[in-house]
Amino acid sequence: MATDEQLALTRALSGDGGLGVEESTLVSIIGKWRKKPEHISSFRKSFNRLFSITGHIEKCEDDHMQKLVMEFSRFHQITVLWAMHPHERDARWANQVIHKNHPSSILVEIASTRSAEDLLGARRAYQTLFHHSLEEDVAYQVKDSKSKLLVGLVSAYRYEGQKVDNDVAKSEAKALHNALKTAGANKIIEIDEVVRILSTRSKSHLKAVFKYYKELHGKYLEEDLSGDALLQQTVLCLDSPASYFSQVINSAFKEGANHAETEGLSRVMVSRSDVDMEEIKEAYAKLYGAKLADVISKKTRGYFRDSLLSLAGEAKA
Amino acid sequence: MATLSIPNPVPSAIEDAEKLRKAFQGWGTDEKAMIAVLAHRDAAQRKQIKIAYEDQYKEKLLKRIESEISGHFERAVYCWIFDPVERQAIMANIAIKNKVVDFPVIIEIACINSSNELLAVKQVYQSLYKHSMEEDVASHATGDFRKLLFALVGTYRYDGEEINTELAKTEAKILNDAITKGEYNSDEIIRILSTRSKAQLQATFNCYKDAHNLSITKALSTKTPNDFVIALRAAIRCRTTPTKYFEKVLRNILQKSGMDEDALTRVIVMHAEKDLKEIKELFQTRANMTLEQAVAKKTSGDYENFLLALIGN
Repeated sequence: MATDEQLALTRALSGDGGLGVEESTLVSIIGKWRKKPEHISSFRKSFNRLFSITGHIEKCEDDHMQKLVMEFSRFHQITVLWAMHPHERDARWANQVIHKNHPSSILVEIASTRSAEDLLGARRAYQTLFHHSLEEDVAYQVKDSKSKLLVGLVSAYRYEGQKVDNDVAKSEAKALHNALKTAGANKIIEIDEVVRILSTRSKSHLKAVFKYYKELHGKYLEEDLSGDALLQQTVLCLDSPASYFSQVINSAFKEGANHAETEGLSRVMVSRSDVDMEEIKEAYAKLYGAKLADVISKKTRGYFRDSLLSLAGEAKA
Repeated sequence: MATLSIPNPVPSAIEDAEKLRKAFQGWGTDEKAMIAVLAHRDAAQRKQIKIAYEDQYKEKLLKRIESEISGHFERAVYCWIFDPVERQAIMANIAIKNKVVDFPVIIEIACINSSNELLAVKQVYQSLYKHSMEEDVASHATGDFRKLLFALVGTYRYDGEEINTELAKTEAKILNDAITKGEYNSDEIIRILSTRSKAQLQATFNCYKDAHNLSITKALSTKTPNDFVIALRAAIRCRTTPTKYFEKVLRNILQKSGMDEDALTRVIVMHAEKDLKEIKELFQTRANMTLEQAVAKKTSGDYENFLLALIGN
């Protein structure tokens, strides 16, 4: 029969059912089992995920060790990200998309949710770090159909005022609708008008365009973009970043979330903590019927959990 | 270097404002007095004069000038009065809102400025017109021009000196492939031209010349006139050899038949407090006459006097 400590140790070292590790539990077990090597020896024999009997020892499994490194380092990673200048963060994330094959959605996220000055700051930081402009690297490395949209989005230096010309917004809503109707579903991401409108117009103007789109055509623009996830994401990021970020956070918590999805949790919490965390919490509650703080407490562990709660502006559980 | 000449010591802004007021009063306008002041003050001084004039006389200097003088002279003075950043924003807007986008103006502004200078122009553009320059270029230009102009205006280029020789060779080949196929509007040409740093671009063009014994601008000459290719060549020249580009523009205006005063004004006004001296010197060797002589031959009256004052006569 497994002892409490064995169960706790299993949970802490399995990397299952939660992100991060319960550091305090591990520390206390280390203390309790001091001078009692039979406990840890018996644990090694029973915990097949991490240990397998090879020769006279229970050898550590490499794969699982890697997974553990990930879980133990979530706190490390989030702390370093938090300490970094926001522009350096964005520049490094962008660079990972370009050179380490991280998902393009991260580039869309950065380009569409940051203010014009912050996106510019990220581009400057990118130049400082990598001695190239972000635009030239995206244009050079992204050679598929996404290229137009991504180059357009990262090049943007949008007008940030509230002034909107409603006639132009209406005509652009119509232009979008026509462009989508007359194109085959596969290549809408390459349509010039779509890229132009989404990557150059101010956010206020775009909100008006999206509003008129629904009024004039009875459907939300995202519905008509359902052939292209990146375009849908772009619209969501521009129109309602808080909802977008809530979705990213929630994907990290689902069963079988992959590496990119769990990284998304840290990325969003760190990058939005000082910006629009309150709006995100509201949007999260609306979308998923749960308080973000509660879900964080349930699904994450240890210092990682505590740092997420702090970033969310919540007290420790 | 600038050709602008400023007296030493320079009168106070209030004295200058008074001189201008005197020039406006009575019948007609004393254009010589206007030129004597305005054509010999730098951007900061002109700004102070505007403020001093408005404080003293409770009317906007520009509005008064517009009512006192007209024609090419008035347009030239109007452009000149602003500081270089605001001037370029205004000229960009005029070029964009033209019936057909006046692409040389946009190309010049997008290509000769450093990344931070261009950024300053874009910021002033936004505050003046409540739109970004990118969105206006994109919504007014069409087809291939839109692709090219938007890329040139929108990229915040890296300004460093590093060169990657392998990359330069590769991209020279990419350019050659597109050019030999006659695909002048290729995405790759536009990408390379608009995103690479000046140093990298120059290296690429050098590789091109080494490999093909032909400069890239000569390679882009087509027998049939093609506005887009003209635009590409302008962009290439502005990005790599701006002095030569502007010298050629001036020589074309001043030595061919017909006359494009707007273009002449634009070049003189935009460079008088920047690098007109180098352009002038090159002009003299190429045209076998001084820039002053060429301008005097083709212009007259107050417009001529104003331009000559800026050129450093």
